[in-house]
Amino acid sequence: MSMTPDLPCSGSCAGGGVAPPPPGADADLPAGVSRREFVEASAKMLAAVALVSGCDTNVEEFLQKNFRELTPEELRQVVARLEKKYSEAAGKPVTVTTTPPLPNTLFGYGLDLSRCVGCRRCAYACARENNTSRSPQIQWIRVLELDKEKGVDLTHANAYYNPETVPQEDKFYMPVACHQCAKPPCVKVCPVKATWQEPDGIVVIDYNWCIGCRCCMAACPYGARRFNWGEPDLPAAEVNPHTHYLGNRPRMKGVVEKCTFCIQRVREGRYPACVEICPVGARKFGNLLDPESEIRVIMRQKRVFVLKEEIGTEPKFFYFYAT
Amino acid sequence: MSEPTTAPTPENNEHMLPEATTLAVLLILFFAIGILALASIMMGRPEAEGAAADAAVAHGPAEFESILGEDFTLGLDTASKERGHFAVPPPPFSKGIYPCSECHGDLEPDDTRRKLEDEHQEIKLEHGGEERWCLDCHDFKNRDKLRLANGTLIPFEESYRLCGQCHGDKYRDWRAGVHGKRTGYWNGAKRYLLCAHCHSPHSPKFKPLHPLPPPIKPQYIRK
Ligand code: SF4
Repeated sequence: MSMTPDLPCSGSCAGGGVAPPPPGADADLPAGVSRREFVEASAKMLAAVALVSGCDTNVEEFLQKNFRELTPEELRQVVARLEKKYSEAAGKPVTVTTTPPLPNTLFGYGLDLSRCVGCRRCAYACARENNTSRSPQIQWIRVLELDKEKGVDLTHANAYYNPETVPQEDKFYMPVACHQCAKPPCVKVCPVKATWQEPDGIVVIDYNWCIGCRCCMAACPYGARRFNWGEPDLPAAEVNPHTHYLGNRPRMKGVVEKCTFCIQRVREGRYPACVEICPVGARKFGNLLDPESEIRVIMRQKRVFVLKEEIGTEPKFFYFYAT
Repeated sequence: MSEPTTAPTPENNEHMLPEATTLAVLLILFFAIGILALASIMMGRPEAEGAAADAAVAHGPAEFESILGEDFTLGLDTASKERGHFAVPPPPFSKGIYPCSECHGDLEPDDTRRKLEDEHQEIKLEHGGEERWCLDCHDFKNRDKLRLANGTLIPFEESYRLCGQCHGDKYRDWRAGVHGKRTGYWNGAKRYLLCAHCHSPHSPKFKPLHPLPPPIKPQYIRK
């Protein structure tokens, strides 16, 4: 933001409309107007501006609190408002759930590098399940093609491979999405706490709180976060109406999004969409706290590694070789 | 996106707020800032023109269905929230071929190793080399059953037991949910597939697939 030098603006007004009045302003207010009333009046004024100017950010949305600070009653109102908005846009009933984490659950993911054939069905199934923008295209899963000769060396990775058939003799394939780190750098850097880790290990984003600064994208060592550079285009007919507030509900321009292990599915006990679509069964999912889960069997019996282990992010996404 | 360059009116400097400043002036101030802020929120990027048409095609789910075909979803209802019992899908018989006894019932069985010439010529045995042949797995007398090495007859629905005789490591992994695909509930009812759903028993190597289109390169992404 460039300020013209001949019109100096002090710090208190640079922050935009929501900044409190400058210190001492109370003294200047007409008698009988408390500071609180003044702030409220200003907020309403702003909201009125929003309405008059035809912006679809409405009053409540503009004043909405962070997801984690909403009271149950406020949350109910927010969900009702969003469901109405999304249903109108999609022309069919869209539900927004807020299913909480399951007790004694920590989600973990396994991907069998000796099986994946690089067919990209997971990336497209994910887009369909999670209501990502079709144009500009957003996909949460990137499938990398790597040389068998060089091994897991990402400097040679190619995400744009397109041979007639896969797998190619001398290649192997490594899909990458959010690793749901136990020590997520993205959460650390977010200046407004719009992204955080839930008790079941899923790193989520409150899209309504995200200011689009993209610090988290810079911080993520796995390139897992995506930004809505344009107004997301999601044809009404293709909207998945079963959504979660912290997951696949439709997004808006200017916010960051990423894989949530299909929070809307896994918190109801179901497998993520990519697990269900993978034609070779390379994708495994389960509860890390359950010693009998598929993922724990894999960790006990197979050769397992995490990507960029040395940087200490402690991913809950495990690559393994079943054979 | 360009930041609004119009500066707020001079009234917004706090040192210019004498006693005369009224609530109204302050409100105007907020009004102005509000308009600027909202204008910047609302201002979209200008329409991009002349996007490279070929590379900019987004592949949406409608197309995804057709590229994907039905084979991979195996009748899965991805929208269903039912928490029911998932059956193993029936063995993938060729159309109209089962029960085998419909033809074989009247035929005199012949256990000489030979090239089949009257029926089943389409079966190319690419499984374990020359020494493998039909009656290693199919029962000599009861063609509606499979036969384990120890002589036990098993139905086609339990073919995994037959496969497991040689592929013990895969069998163990499959039973633990490590090999093969499971769908349904990670904490409940699961749907399993038989070995034969993914590997044709006569030619078990997984067949190459056509990959879905690569993602659009950033330089071609246009709105
Ligand atoms: S669907 Fe399965 S095999 Fe295909 S790219 Fe994804 S993980 Fe690999």
